[in-house]
Amino acid sequence: MPKINSPAELEKLRKSILSKRDPNKPCIAICTGTGCLALGAEKVVTALKEEIKKHGLEHKVDIKETGCPGFCERGTVVVIYPEEICYLQVQPEDAGEIVSQTILARKVIDRLLYVDPATGEKAVHESEIPFYKNQMRLLIGNNIKLDPKSIEDYLALGGYSALAKVLSQMTPEQVLEEVKKSNLRGRGGGGFPAGRKWEECRNAPGEVRYVIVNADEGDPGAFMDRALLEGNPHSVLEGLIIGAYAIGSHEGYIYVRQEYPLAVENVTIAIKQAEEYGFLGQNILGSDFDFKVKVHRGAGAFVSGESSALMTAIEGRVGEPRPKYIHTAVKGIWDKPSNLNNVETWANVPLIINKGADWFTRIGTAGSKGTKIFSLVGKVNNTGLVEVPMGITLRDVIYKVGGGIPRGKKFKAVQTGGPSGGCIPEEQLDMPVDFDELTKAGSMMGSGGMIVMDEDTCMVDVARYFLNFLTDESCGKCVPCREGIRQMLKILTNITEGKGKEGDIELLEELAEVTKDASLCALGRTAANPVLSTIHYFRDEYEAHIKQKRCPAYSCKQLISYYIDPNKCQACMICLKQCPVGAIAGGKNQIHVIDQEKCTKCGTCFEVCPARFGAVKRLSGEPVPPPISEEARIIVRGSKER
Amino acid sequence: MSEITLQIDGKEVKAREGMTILEAAQGAGISIPTLCHHEKLEPYGACRICTVEVETRGRTSLVAACLYPVEKNLVVRTRSKKVDKIRKALLELMLAHAPDAPKLQDLAREYGADKDRFEKEPSFCILCGLCVRYCAEVKKKNAIGFIDRGTRREISFIPEIAARECWNCKECFPLCPTEALQAAYVLTGALTSSFPSFEAGSEK
Repeated sequence: MPKINSPAELEKLRKSILSKRDPNKPCIAICTGTGCLALGAEKVVTALKEEIKKHGLEHKVDIKETGCPGFCERGTVVVIYPEEICYLQVQPEDAGEIVSQTILARKVIDRLLYVDPATGEKAVHESEIPFYKNQMRLLIGNNIKLDPKSIEDYLALGGYSALAKVLSQMTPEQVLEEVKKSNLRGRGGGGFPAGRKWEECRNAPGEVRYVIVNADEGDPGAFMDRALLEGNPHSVLEGLIIGAYAIGSHEGYIYVRQEYPLAVENVTIAIKQAEEYGFLGQNILGSDFDFKVKVHRGAGAFVSGESSALMTAIEGRVGEPRPKYIHTAVKGIWDKPSNLNNVETWANVPLIINKGADWFTRIGTAGSKGTKIFSLVGKVNNTGLVEVPMGITLRDVIYKVGGGIPRGKKFKAVQTGGPSGGCIPEEQLDMPVDFDELTKAGSMMGSGGMIVMDEDTCMVDVARYFLNFLTDESCGKCVPCREGIRQMLKILTNITEGKGKEGDIELLEELAEVTKDASLCALGRTAANPVLSTIHYFRDEYEAHIKQKRCPAYSCKQLISYYIDPNKCQACMICLKQCPVGAIAGGKNQIHVIDQEKCTKCGTCFEVCPARFGAVKRLSGEPVPPPISEEARIIVRGSKER
Repeated sequence: MSEITLQIDGKEVKAREGMTILEAAQGAGISIPTLCHHEKLEPYGACRICTVEVETRGRTSLVAACLYPVEKNLVVRTRSKKVDKIRKALLELMLAHAPDAPKLQDLAREYGADKDRFEKEPSFCILCGLCVRYCAEVKKKNAIGFIDRGTRREISFIPEIAARECWNCKECFPLCPTEALQAAYVLTGALTSSFPSFEAGSEK
């Protein structure tokens, strides 16, 4: 591929790519993002390829291995073009039918379609599925349309046109103004205005400047950045190059965690392709702008997602945060001005350039513009990646997009913002998703993790879980973070084990305050948020644990017991057979009894006891009734007894 | 370097641009407690005991005096209810690891910290990093470093280097704010593990 030397040449190439593509040629797009791969997408691809070969259709049908379209709950996702038929939960065994029915006979396979659980209606196209219908997929919408390893696919969708526009029609100052005007705020967590950060870096003294993509996504349950970098790496790269131009940087880094092998692979390929095509390197698109990018793989430390720690890690040292009294935009990597933005922030840049800041600011709320990708996980029907306009309510995200809570359970809280965030209760569900509103509610936007919790989730245990995560992931450098987290975790563990004491809540609050006020970096300063927000909204749960030794969610094992009600037990043997530790005594016609010493409180008996009997009870905060006498345990059955 | 005037505890203080609050305060004879600070070393900001309240552009915030650069018209309060509360809690957290350290006990008296507030986990080390940084920055030997992270973080000598360098140095021992023998103890631990070059190193 000869280098492209001007925007005109780029448009010529784009036309030639498009002219070679027949929009009516059938194409089977299979999601091969990490989620679907785990569900066996690779086998689906192989099976489809074999079927295509079997029918001699190699030249008549395209197969495209794409990035993640988001509906991970129903993977493997397959979309068939040009009709855009959307098949879900596709197995390798379905390949034959897909080719013979849908490709050859142009018939839709009913059983692979989405069925609305509420109405029973089937949806043929993505756009009809409620999960997608209620989203605004500006950033991840293209994922299912392109092979992330193919730059031509990106170009066919208008890729690098924003870069061409910037280099040929805009000065760096104009680019900066446009981004400032768009009010794009950092998607990594803090929500700092990207334009202002760029400007500070651009104006900082010095010749050398760096731009960095933060792809060290590490919040439990979050995978937005992975999907973008895996699924559409060129969009991130294009944003980065534009940013570098605006800032006056000629060298960039993509810091991606080693645990994202596919993202590393795809972005590395993308860089190589961009170099070949002349989107990276010297005299980009014939301009006098030079820029190169390196991939730096993170070695698995959550704290390295903090910008100053990340920069320290790029320098080759241990990824520990530095105080940011002097911004990294002024003194970053090797004390040179360095601008770091998150993957999603960069991916927004080409959109803003192409469609304009005015268009961008029409989406969202007064203070938060554009869309935000969330990874919607936990106790919700449609888990996956969702991209929604800022300002949508949490209720709409969870119920309209997420399809509500499974198994008819009651919603309890939604955790946003990862370990730095907080838990938001039912009363606050109509709150608009917005950087400032979430912060006001004691949580934060964070990078976009959204964990839904139902009535079976213990809020003290949730706080304990996040603190436990931070115990391992704090760098351990400063006292308030390291020791504050250590002591808070001890108290929380005690509470969940029934060893909570009067005054524990107040002590937690005091430690939380010190950790928040005195820690060196954002990890420490926000570490107490899960504790503070759960105390704020669910103080009664803490008190139940401490005062009554009762876990209202029946989740803390040391505070609950399982008990078989002798008046309801029909001695059906189901729980007895399924108990993994043999803790249930009884027999046919003999009422079952749980040996409390042996019981590991796994809950299997409770789950398997037929609903019509409902004999297994969960107890918490009350003693287990003494076992009844041996004679009373014999069930004498009327008709069946001879 | 231009001169800057700021206010510390109600007193006009002159400082040079680029100085930290701690340096400016020391120059004016105002004392701010420190545990991880050493004038020969780069500021580190780990113990946070030097936390002070600053007022700048109408906003009050809590910052580490050993790191925060002085600004024109900055208002600094080295003691306040909030600052004292933080220092007390930090001392209590550190005393759980080094309950008998005289330096911590002196500060505990000053700030009313209770050494028994938290369950003891005596490691005798508050991870101030003075030994680690002194060895790296002044001696340029890197014989001692941190291992692991989070609550499992600890100091450890690197036997290969320690066996060669430490016998004739030991300059890090007296730097320890909790227990002068702490580094010696960790050093012995590192060197008594069977390590082939130990003999060669000790012959020097």
